[in-house]
Amino acid sequence: MPEGRGGRRGEGVRSDCYIGIETRDSGGVEIAMKSKVESMYGQSIIDIVKDGLRFYGIEHAAVEVEDQGALPFTVMARLEIAVKRANPSETREFLPEMQSGCTYGTDRHRMRRSRLYLPGNETRFMVNAGLHKPDGVILDLEDSVHPSEKDAARILVRNALRQIDFFGSERMVRINQGELALKDLESVVPHNVHIILIPKCETGDEVKAIDEKVQTVRKERGVANEVYLMPIIESGLGAINAYEIASASPNNVALTIGLEDYTADIGTRRTPEGRESFWARSAVVNAARAAGLQPIDTVFSDVSDMAGLRKSVIEAKSLGFDGKGCIHPRQIRVIHEAFAPEEAEVERAKKIVLAFEEAEKKGLGVVSLGSKMIDPPVVKRALHTVDMAIATGVLNADWRDSE
Amino acid sequence: MKREYELVENAAGRQVPAVVNGKEQVPYKGVGKHRPGGRKAAPPIASAADYPASGNKVVKDLRTALEAAGLKDGMTVSTHHHLRNGDFVANMTFDVAAEMGIKDLMWFPSASFPCQAGNIEHMDNGVIHHIEGSMNGPLGRYCSEGRMRGMGVLRSHGGRYQAVQDGEVHIDIAVIAAPTSDPFGNANALTGPSACGLLGFALADSQYADKVIVVTDNLIPFPCIPWQIQGNYVDYVVQVDRIGDPEKIVSGTTQITRSPDRQLIAELTARFVRDAGIMKEGFSFQAGAGGTALAFAIYLKEMMKEAGVKARFVRGGSTQYLVEMLEEGLTDYILDGQTFDLEGVRSMRENPGHVWTSPFTSYNYNGKGFFGTMVDAVVLGATEVDVNFNANVVTHSDGLLLHGIGGWQNCLFSKCTILPIPSFRDRIPVLVDEVTTLVGPGELIDVVITERGIAINPARRDLIDAVKGSDLPVRSIHDIKADVEKIVGGPPARPGFEDKVVAAIKWVDGTVIDCVRQIA
Repeated sequence: MPEGRGGRRGEGVRSDCYIGIETRDSGGVEIAMKSKVESMYGQSIIDIVKDGLRFYGIEHAAVEVEDQGALPFTVMARLEIAVKRANPSETREFLPEMQSGCTYGTDRHRMRRSRLYLPGNETRFMVNAGLHKPDGVILDLEDSVHPSEKDAARILVRNALRQIDFFGSERMVRINQGELALKDLESVVPHNVHIILIPKCETGDEVKAIDEKVQTVRKERGVANEVYLMPIIESGLGAINAYEIASASPNNVALTIGLEDYTADIGTRRTPEGRESFWARSAVVNAARAAGLQPIDTVFSDVSDMAGLRKSVIEAKSLGFDGKGCIHPRQIRVIHEAFAPEEAEVERAKKIVLAFEEAEKKGLGVVSLGSKMIDPPVVKRALHTVDMAIATGVLNADWRDSE
Repeated sequence: MKREYELVENAAGRQVPAVVNGKEQVPYKGVGKHRPGGRKAAPPIASAADYPASGNKVVKDLRTALEAAGLKDGMTVSTHHHLRNGDFVANMTFDVAAEMGIKDLMWFPSASFPCQAGNIEHMDNGVIHHIEGSMNGPLGRYCSEGRMRGMGVLRSHGGRYQAVQDGEVHIDIAVIAAPTSDPFGNANALTGPSACGLLGFALADSQYADKVIVVTDNLIPFPCIPWQIQGNYVDYVVQVDRIGDPEKIVSGTTQITRSPDRQLIAELTARFVRDAGIMKEGFSFQAGAGGTALAFAIYLKEMMKEAGVKARFVRGGSTQYLVEMLEEGLTDYILDGQTFDLEGVRSMRENPGHVWTSPFTSYNYNGKGFFGTMVDAVVLGATEVDVNFNANVVTHSDGLLLHGIGGWQNCLFSKCTILPIPSFRDRIPVLVDEVTTLVGPGELIDVVITERGIAINPARRDLIDAVKGSDLPVRSIHDIKADVEKIVGGPPARPGFEDKVVAAIKWVDGTVIDCVRQIA
C-alpha cells in the first residue's frame, strides 16, 4: 500500500508535527496520535487530519501523528506532503485561510536595509520574525532546506505566507535553481509574495526566465499584486554580468551578493578585511545603481559579534550599499542604526531638500544653496538621506514644520 | 468516587477543600482580609544542662542524630533547598529513615528539586506519607497523578514561615544542610566546597523545630563566623563527605536568554520600568534568575547608566549581573534571598552591601510588615495569565503540577508587579480565559508584557497614564489573547481532571486559594 511521511519527530524537535499515512483499500480511517498538547488541541489535530483526508478523497488509511506543538497550518502542510509523497500524482493544495495580516502590499522603492533569512522548513523562527521589525523577511527554500525536503518546505512556506503576520516586513521568498525554481514559483507566487530572490544568478536570461514564469503564474492564478525580483550574485560570472542581470527585467528592484559562494567560486575564502570581494561588491553597487536598483550587501554570519556587524554595515554603507542580510533578529537593530545617516549628513540634506523644494515652487531649473549651485545628483542623494533619516527615526516626518 | 473531604467555595470563586490532611482550613477571603488570632507557636524549652559544656554537639552519623532526636512514625521532617538541584541531604535523610524502618513521615521541604526524585521510592514504600512544600518536576508529576497518600500543600516562602510560626505545621525534626559549621552548630553557606550563599530558607526551622540537626561537609573549629544559623538552636551536628554536588548547587555563570523573542520581552519590560517613571533616583526592583529576568536587568542597567540613575536597593536572587551593578555603584545594596551563581556567593562573602535576608524579613505576611511591599517594581514569571490578570505558576495548561510557588506570591505585593511572558509557547497559549490554577489574584498583578504588546491592569489608571505618550505598544489583554488564539487555532480545551484533590494551594496568609486535582 502507498505510504507517505512528512514532518520531523524525535528528540529536540519543536513546533513540528510528523505525519505518516498508509492508504488502504478498506477499513476506514484510523488515526494514532501522540501530541505534546493533546489535552488542549488533540481534537483540533484530529479534525485537521480528517478534513485533509476528506479533501483528498482518501477514505481508507492508517495515519500516525506525532506532534510537538505544531501550529495548525504546519499540521496541514505536513498532512499535505504525506499525502503527496504517498501519491506523487496528487497536485491539489490543502490551503489554510488567508489571514488578514497577510494581505498588505509593498512598494518598489521601499527601504530594504535589513532582510532576515528564515529556514523554509522550520516554522518556529517564522512566527515571531516580524515582531523584530526587519525591513524584509526571507522564507528560504534554497540553502537552508535539505534537498530531500524541498517539496515539504515549499508547502510549509506557502502556508506560512497565508497565515503568518510579518507586521509590515516585506514578504520575500528565496527560491531554488533550475527545475525546482519553477515548482517553487507555482507554489508561492499566488500568495502575496512581494519579492522573489533568485540565487546564484549568472546571466540576464536566468532573470528573464524567472520573470516569465512569475508572470505566467500571476496570469493563471489571477494574482493582482506585482511580484518584484532580487537577483543574488554568487559567482565570478555573475559578478562579470552584474549589469546585464540588473537590467534584465523591469521587475528587478534590488541586486545583492552572496559572499560565501562567491569567494568559493573565485577560489578563496572570506576574510574579515574582505579585500577578496571588494571588486565584486563594488561591481554589484555600480551595476545596481546603473540600472536604478538598490544595491544590497551580503549576510553577516557571526551572530555574536555585534561590533563586527556594526563595522561591516558602516563599510557596506560607504561602498554604496543600501542594505544588509541577517540571520538573527538581534542583528536587525544594529543594521538599522548603522545605516541611519549621521547628524551632519542629515542637517546638510535638509538644507538641500528645502532649497530644492523652494526652486521647484518658483519654477527654477537650478537649485542653489547660498551662492553655491547644487547638482541634481546631490539633490537626489539629499532626498534619499532625508528619507533614510525619517525611516530610522533620526528625523521626524514633519521636520519641515520645525525648520 | 466518594470524597474524604468537603469542598467549599472561597472568595475567588474556587472550590477548595475545607480540611487538608486532617486539619481544618480557612478558605481564601480576598487580599488583606484574613486576620488570624491567637498566639504564635513556640518550641519546647531546652536546657543548656542537657548539652555538652564543651559546645561539641558532633555525633557519629546522621542515623545517630535522627535516633537521638527521637525520629518516630508519623513525624514531620523538614529539609531546605538552598543547595537546589545539587542537594544530597534530603535524600540522605529519608534513606536513613527507611533503614530505621520508620513509616508515614511528612516531608516538609522549603522546595523540592528533580534531584530528590529518589524520594518517590520512599513514598511508594511508605517511609514518606506526603509532601507539604513546593514540588518541582517528577515529584509534582507524582502528586498530579494522584499517587501520593496525603494531600500536597503548596506554600510561598513567606507562607511557609507563617505556617511554622503560627503552628499550622509543627516540625519535629529539621535537618539543615550547612556548607560550613562549627561543632556548636553555628553555620553559614558562605564558604566550603558546597558554598551557596545563605541559609535563609532554614531559619524558621532552626527557631521552631523540636529538634535541629546540622549536616555539614566543612566542619571548622568554633566560632563559625558569621553564623547565619545560630548554634544555640541546634541539637546535633553531623559531618559527612559531601552535602551536595557543587556543579549543580550554583551555576558557574547564569545564562541570559538567547531567544530573540524573550530578549524583546525583556527590553520592553525595562523600557516600561523606565518610561512609567519607576526608574528614578533611589528606586528599587527585584528580578529573578530566569533568562528573561536576567536580560531585563541588563537592559535596565544600561538605561540607568544612560539616565544617571542609581537604585537604593535591588532584591535578589542574585547573579553576576546584580553583583556588577553593586560593584559599579548602580545600587547601594543587594538584599538577597538566594545566590544563583558563584559571583553571587563571592560578593555576599566579601561585600557588606550584599546582604543576606530570609523569608521572615522579606516575605512573612503574618508579621509587622515585610520588605516585599517596599519594592518599586518586581519582575516575575508565570505559566498562565488570564484576562482578569489572575496568574498561575504551579500547573501547566495541561493540568500537571510541575512548579512550586517560591517567593512569587509574596513578591506580588510590590508597588508594580510585572509579568514578562511569551503570549504562547509552541502551540500552548499563556494568555487564557481562566487560569487552570489560581495562585496570584489579578488585583495584585499590574502589567503583563508579551512579545505582542503590553497589557496594563485597568485598575492601574496611574500606570496607564504614566506611559501615555511613550512609544510602548500598550494594548488590551483581550486583544493580545485574540491574536494568540488566531495563531494557535482557538482557545485550548480544558484538561480533564478526576474529582480527587491532590494538592492545596495556600495564599500568603495561610488561607486556601485553590487546589489541584488529579490529572485524568
